[in-house]
Amino acid sequence: MSALPILELVGLHKAYGSLEVLRGIDLRVFPGEMVCVIGPSGSGKSSMLRCCNRLESFQSGQIMVGDADISRADVDINAVRQHIGMVFQQFNLYPHLTALGNVTLALRKVQGKTRAEADRLGMAALERVGLADKAQAHPAQLSGGQQQRVGIARAIVLQPKIILFDEPTSALDPETVGEVLKVMRQLRENGMTMLVVTHEMGFARAAADRVIFMDGGVIVEEGPPAEVFGAPKHDRTRAFLARYTGGHE
Amino acid sequence: MDGLDRFLHTFFNAEVAARYWPDIIAGMGVTAGVGILVSVTGLVLGLALAILRALQQPWLSLPIVAFVDIMRALPPLIVIIIFFFAFPLIGLSMSALTATWLSLSLVLAAYAEECIWGGMLSLPRGQWEAARSTGLTWWQTMTSVILPQAARIAVPPLTNRVIAISKNVALGSVVALSEVLNNAHSATSNAGNPTPLTMAAAAYLVIFIPVILAARRLESRWQWKV
Repeated sequence: MSALPILELVGLHKAYGSLEVLRGIDLRVFPGEMVCVIGPSGSGKSSMLRCCNRLESFQSGQIMVGDADISRADVDINAVRQHIGMVFQQFNLYPHLTALGNVTLALRKVQGKTRAEADRLGMAALERVGLADKAQAHPAQLSGGQQQRVGIARAIVLQPKIILFDEPTSALDPETVGEVLKVMRQLRENGMTMLVVTHEMGFARAAADRVIFMDGGVIVEEGPPAEVFGAPKHDRTRAFLARYTGGHE
Repeated sequence: MDGLDRFLHTFFNAEVAARYWPDIIAGMGVTAGVGILVSVTGLVLGLALAILRALQQPWLSLPIVAFVDIMRALPPLIVIIIFFFAFPLIGLSMSALTATWLSLSLVLAAYAEECIWGGMLSLPRGQWEAARSTGLTWWQTMTSVILPQAARIAVPPLTNRVIAISKNVALGSVVALSEVLNNAHSATSNAGNPTPLTMAAAAYLVIFIPVILAARRLESRWQWKV
């Protein structure tokens, strides 16, 4: 593991009016790591993720992506966003474009690639998520799992340094969750750096390099999955995991 | 003369028709021409207003909303009369054609802005977020992601508005615009026979049936591919 983090959050604070949702987050994600963030609803984990590419603003603290400080007002945020992929809970595919059109839009509009070059890269990305045969399908013709895999292809085609996943399987039918998690595992094997907010405890336990437990706008506990799941140090972590796994185990 | 003959003599009088058809044709040209001008100006202006409103700056949105609400509340006839009769008093004289074109364009712009803005609002926030997260600028997101979808949603109400406003070119008759209904009305008075009005009705069908068919085609072509 290299010494320089790809993503670094220092003292991140965020509030909606008087409601503090993030109360001092310090987090580093290193190259090739998959970090899973778990925690109850309203713990601030999605807000934290959405601050990392400045889809949401924050009041104080610093976020570094590589050597770009995205908390600075003069940063070229559109340039930095090329290096931070994002995958959404609701997929957010563009319904008026084909799968290939979804994947290639930023290549053509932002990077100025020709249609032929963009299509070549787009097909390669769809290939990686196993959907090359659906390139000409519109989102409405795809299942939820397929749509989310197109969403992942749209992120990886820009060759980002890190991909943020915001509850990528929460809107999926149980039978299609597996295909999305499988693609995420493959990405990890190929060295992609990922920060994943998830409720899939089994996936976090099996696939993550590190697990972060958030509650009340702070990181309560973090460590390798075996420790956080197997021997949680904090009462709040224990209570959360007991509630979450109690019904299933 | 029996009833049918009287009816035909009154409304389908060949002699009257032969005398006045050039007036009707000339009027058709004006109606169609002004209708096209109004549609283009109104749609472009309405689109521009909707885009400005999407910037979500209060100093832009408030005047746009005020303009849109006022223009939708006023009868177009009154707007034409204000432009033609009231504006010369403050040193802004304009021809009947300009007054009609400008008034109807502003009214159409108000409705078009509402249709397109409504289309934009109906899109989930996630569309903006997905596009911006891949590095697209606000403008690129607007033109590549938001407008193509908002336009599809807005097309059916917009085509209805375009047809309605184009028929309102007839209101130009109050400021003596030589459009088809005005010419037909004058001809009717001169001839003492309403056949020119029948011809005007036919002229409207000739102009608008193709427009309505084209609108229907456009609407079905822009349906979602499912």
